[in-house]
Amino acid sequence: MIDLAVKVVLALFVFFGVLNLAALHTWLERKQSAVIQDRVGANRASILGWRLMGLFHPLADSIKMFTKEDIVPAGADRILHTLAPVFSVFFALVTFAAIPFGDRFLLGGRVIELQVAKINVALLYIFAMLSLEVYGVILAGFASRNNYALLGGLRATAQMISYEIALGIAVVGVIMIYGTMDLQELVRGQGQNLAGWIPLWGIVVQPVAFVVFLTAALAETKRIPFDLPEGESEIIGYFVEYSGMKFGMFFLADFLETILVACLATTLFFGGWQVPYLTSSGFQFPWGATLPVSQPAYVLLGVVSFSIKVVIFCVLFMQLRWTLPRFRYDQLMRLGWLGLFPIAVVNVLVTASALAFLKR
Amino acid sequence: MPRAIPDNPVGAPAAASGALETRDMLLNVGPAHPAMHGIIRIVARLDGEQIVNADVEIGYLHRGFEKMSETVDYNGVIPYTDRLNYVSPLINNVGYSMAVEKLLGISVPERCHYIRVIVSEISRITDHLTCVGASAMELGAFTVFLYMIKAREYLWELVESVTGARLTVSYCRVGGVKADLPEGFANQCRQAFEETRRVLAESDALLTRNRIFVDRMSGTGKISADDAISYGITGPFLRASGVPYDVRKDCPYASYDRLEFDVPVGTRGDNFDRYLVRMEEMQQSMRIVEQALRDMPPGPFQVNPQTGCPLPASEMVDQAKVGNIPAIRDAYAVTDPTLDGSAKPLRVSIATAEKRVFLPSKEDTYGNIEGLMQHFKLVMYGHGTRPPKGEVYFAVEGANGELGFYVVSDGGNTPYRVRVRPPCFAIMSALPKLIIGDMMADLTPTFGSINMIGGELDR
Repeated sequence: MIDLAVKVVLALFVFFGVLNLAALHTWLERKQSAVIQDRVGANRASILGWRLMGLFHPLADSIKMFTKEDIVPAGADRILHTLAPVFSVFFALVTFAAIPFGDRFLLGGRVIELQVAKINVALLYIFAMLSLEVYGVILAGFASRNNYALLGGLRATAQMISYEIALGIAVVGVIMIYGTMDLQELVRGQGQNLAGWIPLWGIVVQPVAFVVFLTAALAETKRIPFDLPEGESEIIGYFVEYSGMKFGMFFLADFLETILVACLATTLFFGGWQVPYLTSSGFQFPWGATLPVSQPAYVLLGVVSFSIKVVIFCVLFMQLRWTLPRFRYDQLMRLGWLGLFPIAVVNVLVTASALAFLKR
Repeated sequence: MPRAIPDNPVGAPAAASGALETRDMLLNVGPAHPAMHGIIRIVARLDGEQIVNADVEIGYLHRGFEKMSETVDYNGVIPYTDRLNYVSPLINNVGYSMAVEKLLGISVPERCHYIRVIVSEISRITDHLTCVGASAMELGAFTVFLYMIKAREYLWELVESVTGARLTVSYCRVGGVKADLPEGFANQCRQAFEETRRVLAESDALLTRNRIFVDRMSGTGKISADDAISYGITGPFLRASGVPYDVRKDCPYASYDRLEFDVPVGTRGDNFDRYLVRMEEMQQSMRIVEQALRDMPPGPFQVNPQTGCPLPASEMVDQAKVGNIPAIRDAYAVTDPTLDGSAKPLRVSIATAEKRVFLPSKEDTYGNIEGLMQHFKLVMYGHGTRPPKGEVYFAVEGANGELGFYVVSDGGNTPYRVRVRPPCFAIMSALPKLIIGDMMADLTPTFGSINMIGGELDR
């Protein structure tokens, strides 16, 4: 019973944390693009005269989205049309269950892993959910009965499937090095130090995989430079026939995906909740100094470290989004199949040979 | 009127080469579509992402400019020309005024020529900034667009200080310009260009060697030099195909023959070359303006206050209305230099002395009978500017290409016919050729590089 309660608390924590982060993401997007583009950015929404640098805009957005009329075009498949955004958001949200956001800690003699679902094949689960998420986009494209939406859906299908392969293969290298598909164990594996100084994070041992992973993952988020399914000035996007909160849900799913990718990049390549030189007994600096840290503080530092890394990735993605133009369909396919895919495969082969050589 | 597109009708199976039956998709792009700014409609037939056929429909912004021009006097057409190419209205002003001046056989003072060149080139930069910025935005590089619009804003501030308006400038007159350049314009111009150069360098860094941008732009929307000429394409579009035709060089008007500038020429005739040509033309335009400001014959910006008696214009008008001429004989009106009725010496440097075409300064109108008569002869019904019978074609280099005005006079005070040769009309006729065979995603950069301006295309 208590176990269940703990799980519910954890699930709610992740659920609301992620949703809030997604809302903050819209604020971040507005403000960061404004900074890049010499603008002030959204600052109009206010409550009792308080503007808080436009922090109320996500709130205003959601009120607007919920109160707008919901339009289903004539001739569209009503059920699928409604199901599509739900699919998108649902699968984006459940994926977060497998992401560990802190080390285990003891509470009343109970070991609590800071992870909603401890799955020993968490990576497979995440890729499964990511693949299912594509269905939201595809269904939106097909159920809208609109040629633009159809084109968007087609583009999304091709893009997601092509890049998921590169994404999966890029991760294989990491799995081989740390020898586990359990993300919590994978993060723990990144706790050692190389030559005493360099944290043995994924990026250190698998830099090529990181580049491939980041590129492919960006493509998964469907944002510029990979926003072909949306391609606003070309085909408007797969959600062209959506309005109100249904549209909002696609939007939300986009932001959730960005955060998810940031979480994955952090977990796989940047040591997850690891803080450099921090072990469960305290800081052990390579120059010999030590600094004891209590257990709750250790866990908290881990959660903070994880959050900071995720936010840094979000900011990085945003920077790319407001700097680069968009690919074309065939160029995107070429990059995926002739660029990322072979590199990822070669990376796996090199990693495998290196591991075999070292083990011998 | 929906025209039938040749090839197979909608829904009919296309020639199935494999086992799977495929069908083309008919996609209606526009008139309400984010990339179809200026409102046009393209009915495209897609094979997957590839455009196999396209039908371009224009005319959504037809306002009857040419017919409207026949109903007003010669100067009255000028506000209408503002609305032709609304991104660079000053060039239209210049083109039309010079066409009517050619019809009348009059010449304008040298300083006026230089002013016209300066405002034209500033407009050309604003036009190219808009075009390049919008093309980049449609490729997803939104930031570049806002940078360029920021630079355009600095230039529009210049335009505003000269003409008093940002878009509906109505600055030129038959036989001159409305008012001289404001005080401190050269300085203002230098600052604005400094900012513009900075923005251009920034945008250049963001785009020119950006692999994604180059891949998107090069090789798409190609047209050969021969094809471009046979379609009647002019301007940056033609120059990108390798033909160095520029009205400013080949039949110089105003003071372009005395100014030094290069005409950038492309080689491949694709979107990327057009982008490069436009980027370089902006630099050249700034060079022209700087030279013009340096070489311009000085005009009396303001009468030396010691030699005359300054009087507010409104007071002068009041005095004149009650016949108190001696009191204002030696006075000059103090007005905003951008308003009509500025001091008399100021006018002679920017407008022709021809009494047939140009309104006298207000102090003359109210101060002596000759001025009053000249004024009435120009403004009263049935009078006004009356060019001799004849017809004339005069072309200037618009931002998009050769902008020609064909004016016919029957000797009356309104034009018998005004015909515009809009540069983007010719390019639009080549649009299907440009996009067929390319992908749906190439439609936007190609259409963007045309820089279609609805106002001038549909008139």
